[in-house]
Amino acid sequence: MHWLHRYNRLLAAATLLLITAGGLVTSTGSGLAVPDWPNTYGYFMFAFPLSGMVGGILYEHGHRLIASVVGMLTIGLAVWLAQKEPRRWVRHIGWIALAAVVVQGLLGGITVLYFLPPPISISHAGLAQVFFALVVSLAIFTSPGWLARYGRSTDGERRIAADGILRRLVIVVPAAIYGQILLGAAMRHTGAGLAIPDFPLAFGRLLPPVWDPAIAIHFAHRVGALMVTLAVLATAGHVLAHHGGRRELTRPAWLLGALVFAQVTLGAWTVLSARDVTINTAHVATGALLFATAIVLCLRTHRDRFSDVAARIAAAPDAASAVAIGAPGGAEAGR
Amino acid sequence: MQHRTMWTFVSLIILAAAACGGGSDAPAESAMPAAAAPPAFDPATAGSVMGMITLEGTPPAAETIRMNSDPACAELASDTETEYYVVGGSGGLGNVFVYVKEGLEGRSFPVPDEPAMIDQVGCRYTPHVFGMRVGQTLKIRNSDATLHNIHATPAANPEFNMGQPIQGMEFDRTFEAAEVMVPFKCDVHGWMNAYVGVLDHPYFAVTGDDGNFDISELPPGDYVVEAWHEELGTQMQNVTVGEGGTAEVSFTFTVG
Repeated sequence: MHWLHRYNRLLAAATLLLITAGGLVTSTGSGLAVPDWPNTYGYFMFAFPLSGMVGGILYEHGHRLIASVVGMLTIGLAVWLAQKEPRRWVRHIGWIALAAVVVQGLLGGITVLYFLPPPISISHAGLAQVFFALVVSLAIFTSPGWLARYGRSTDGERRIAADGILRRLVIVVPAAIYGQILLGAAMRHTGAGLAIPDFPLAFGRLLPPVWDPAIAIHFAHRVGALMVTLAVLATAGHVLAHHGGRRELTRPAWLLGALVFAQVTLGAWTVLSARDVTINTAHVATGALLFATAIVLCLRTHRDRFSDVAARIAAAPDAASAVAIGAPGGAEAGR
Repeated sequence: MQHRTMWTFVSLIILAAAACGGGSDAPAESAMPAAAAPPAFDPATAGSVMGMITLEGTPPAAETIRMNSDPACAELASDTETEYYVVGGSGGLGNVFVYVKEGLEGRSFPVPDEPAMIDQVGCRYTPHVFGMRVGQTLKIRNSDATLHNIHATPAANPEFNMGQPIQGMEFDRTFEAAEVMVPFKCDVHGWMNAYVGVLDHPYFAVTGDDGNFDISELPPGDYVVEAWHEELGTQMQNVTVGEGGTAEVSFTFTVG
């Protein structure tokens, strides 16, 4: 199982690299540098000569090659899970991840063949993050910490389970981040990235003085960023204030705070630099990391809802009255 | 076993992805209106429109294009400066597409058998701005020893994107609807772009470096003439061409 978890982490890293490469494709405007699909300038994609990896082809064909590696790794993961993983629902998620990566590849091909229609390209960007979330979730489900229930006692588990505010916040945050990602993808694929050219104001005002669809999408992304930032800060603050002893929660909480700060900075910088390729791409990658971190915090918070822990809590004597709701985690150390 | 929890988690993610899809681009209309019978036109009465396009103000200096993303381009290219503003000694503005926008409705003109041509030479398009006719063959050639894609992004005609990985490769295309202008770009080499004005008549010209143009063999009549520049937009003027006469019209674009 340990190697399966390592393999899963490798796949998660490869997926993040793939998303970053996809960000490079759009940031450099190279999405149609290879006009055919699945071939590359008539070559079978793995036979395309390295000497041809020039200009926009480097980004687009590179993205396809990384995608192929991720696809093959996902096949390996699904098969590995099918053979070795005792939890049926984990095996099922492996197959769902495989289906997602196949659909993702098809969307990538369709968007090239139809000259990047925004609905397809936005779907491609949205599904990429869903696939990443699935892979990260599988990495969590196969991790030693998850399997050891993060060293939580029954009381410790109850304390987290009883914290309704945290339980809701950790669901709201990834949902809000995902909404932001879709808005960002809509901006990117409709050319609205500079629809509002200044920051933090909009045309020198708090609200744009003129509106069109591009300005509306762009402004919605800014408002969304503010909401996500507030939600992340509230969640991280709550975790640190009430579950400070649980490292499996505090670490992603700290990371969330740092990433949201970096992400807002990169978003502003993207506008102010008129979509500098490096900054724009880093904004995509950091968004994916932010989403994945929120998923991790969500799953770890809701660990008790998964069968083995839930059964253990149900079987234990009722100690709810002894649990100080929202109190710091105390001596229990997470992993 | 908390299947419900797991499926809720998975379903939320999948639903979120599904929610972002939908819709499709409507195909571009390509139908050309049927031409009415042309009014009688005696070639002996033909006139012309001549003039000059000038630029007022100081345009941004041409920038050197960094072509090192493709070593072949860096080696092949003899011209590595941007060509947004081609200005002659007397202030004439080059690469302006001038054409009769209105006044020829109801007339039809034979489509030339000779193809129009756009070539990729030294990782630049040659010519950068040109005109052609609806239904005329456009020959697209890659003279470079590197690969290009040629990607047309029209609004009224179907979009196309073709790869030309081999030196000397040629494709033929036609446009079925008039459109000013159809942009071309190479997504491999982001600095490569060109524009073609597609018209259903032959009365157009592209200014040279001196800014001059000459639209000849024009039937007498009242016309709207438009001048288009890739950075400066369009300007229009009314002009009357008498029998055998030459109408002079000049445009001044301002920059800065």
